[in-house]
Amino acid sequence: MTNSKDFIAGVDSNAKKSPRRIVFITRRTSAQVKAETEDQIQTFPEVLFRVAVAIQLLAIVLVWTALLFNAPLEGIADPSHTPNPAKAPWYFLGLQEMLHYFPPVVAGVLIPGLVVTALIVIPYFKVNIEAEGLFLKDRHSRLLIFYVVAAALSLFLLLFKVYVALVPTLIVAALMLLAAQSSPQSSSKFLRYLAARPLSYWVMTWFLFELVVLTAIGTFFRGPGWSFVWPWQGSL
Amino acid sequence: MAKTMDQHFDDLRETRVWRSIFRSGAGSSTLKRALAIQQNVFLHLFSTKVRTRMLSMSATWYLGTLTLGVFLILVATGIPLMLYYHPSVPQAYADTKDLQFVVSSGMFLRNLHRWSAHAMVFLVFAHMFKVFYRGAYRPPREFNWVIGVILLLMTLLLSYTGYLLPWDQLAYWAITVGSNIASAVPLVGEKIRFLLLGGHAVNANALLRFYVLHCMILPLAAMFFVAIHFWRIRKDGGLYSHESEPATVRANAAGTQVRLKEER
Repeated sequence: MTNSKDFIAGVDSNAKKSPRRIVFITRRTSAQVKAETEDQIQTFPEVLFRVAVAIQLLAIVLVWTALLFNAPLEGIADPSHTPNPAKAPWYFLGLQEMLHYFPPVVAGVLIPGLVVTALIVIPYFKVNIEAEGLFLKDRHSRLLIFYVVAAALSLFLLLFKVYVALVPTLIVAALMLLAAQSSPQSSSKFLRYLAARPLSYWVMTWFLFELVVLTAIGTFFRGPGWSFVWPWQGSL
Repeated sequence: MAKTMDQHFDDLRETRVWRSIFRSGAGSSTLKRALAIQQNVFLHLFSTKVRTRMLSMSATWYLGTLTLGVFLILVATGIPLMLYYHPSVPQAYADTKDLQFVVSSGMFLRNLHRWSAHAMVFLVFAHMFKVFYRGAYRPPREFNWVIGVILLLMTLLLSYTGYLLPWDQLAYWAITVGSNIASAVPLVGEKIRFLLLGGHAVNANALLRFYVLHCMILPLAAMFFVAIHFWRIRKDGGLYSHESEPATVRANAAGTQVRLKEER
């Protein structure tokens, strides 16, 4: 078995194996400022321990859930008997809610396709990487674009009577207007926060808001024939 | 003097058998701890050191870790469930009933698998939004973000294919609703639907296809991408922390220099 005493330390002076480097510092350039060394922790065992604890806690929660609540199981699949409403799994109910308003090719293909494409390209746009406050530069032209886009989107949703999607749109638009009126010098912390939000933040927040609202509506507020019901009326 | 637990463990880690399996031996030096990660085929996907700041709850909410945890639970419950399940009509439904009422702890296994599946979809979405709001998609992490989006889609597909397997009314009609959307794709919609279902409607062929996708193809593909996902975290410089990014550090350093010059 090897232990540390089996090795002999030596200096390797072979220039081919370990070349020496000489740095020339001229008057024009200065040596690179070394970044402050940040406090680090060994993955083994400290981080792995935390990971194990986190997963254990999750497992405890899930096991208790599994002990207390039974997974649903209905009657055997019967193609001749359609339940009303027939619902997709909950994470697709936002899409199913959209199918209620738009033709399948829009709600089922175009919109999810656009969402996935938009998600993928996020890190490849400079505007998302610099992430500067949306209205801090070119305020007037950007406000103009914002008005046109927000109005067009709201009108479109109004035209198709998609009120459930219109409400989050208007709320996000109102917050964006507030952000446009704010600056890094604003008095309240909240306004300074809004002023510093970049375009990607607003688009993503709007998407998250719509996702949550549409999924919740589809899950809890839709009954027979996709009519609006209260959660305590409908059969989930 | 009696040996402590740690010393016994160190003795174990110095044995020939242990060393032959794990390569690295005992010792708590930084080198030995680093080797414990670096010499292990699974752990070497991770970096040997992590910024202390990134361990705080607020930094990541541990959402990626929890997603891995729930995936492991799903594998651990999914495999025993496979032992009691035939992907055929109408046997699939009878097997699910048996899991509920005949198999020991079958009900618990199925419950845990199902609730964990819902938890995984939720956690993957939460993880994505947390990463986005942290700005952790920035270069050089662009492609790891893309892999993340692929993993999100895989998670949805895994959950969706698993949804059909109990072969009850809930499963049948949820998949019917979902697969009708696929047929809305222009030109090739019907073909995609036929490929997915192995027929023009949800039937025994669809059940078999979903079973193979759910238990074989998608988990393997997900593991493949998860491995790259983890490895890229290490390769791209660890968990993203805006203050520690080379660009931020350089900008701050440049700012300091400018200020020094002005003061002079």
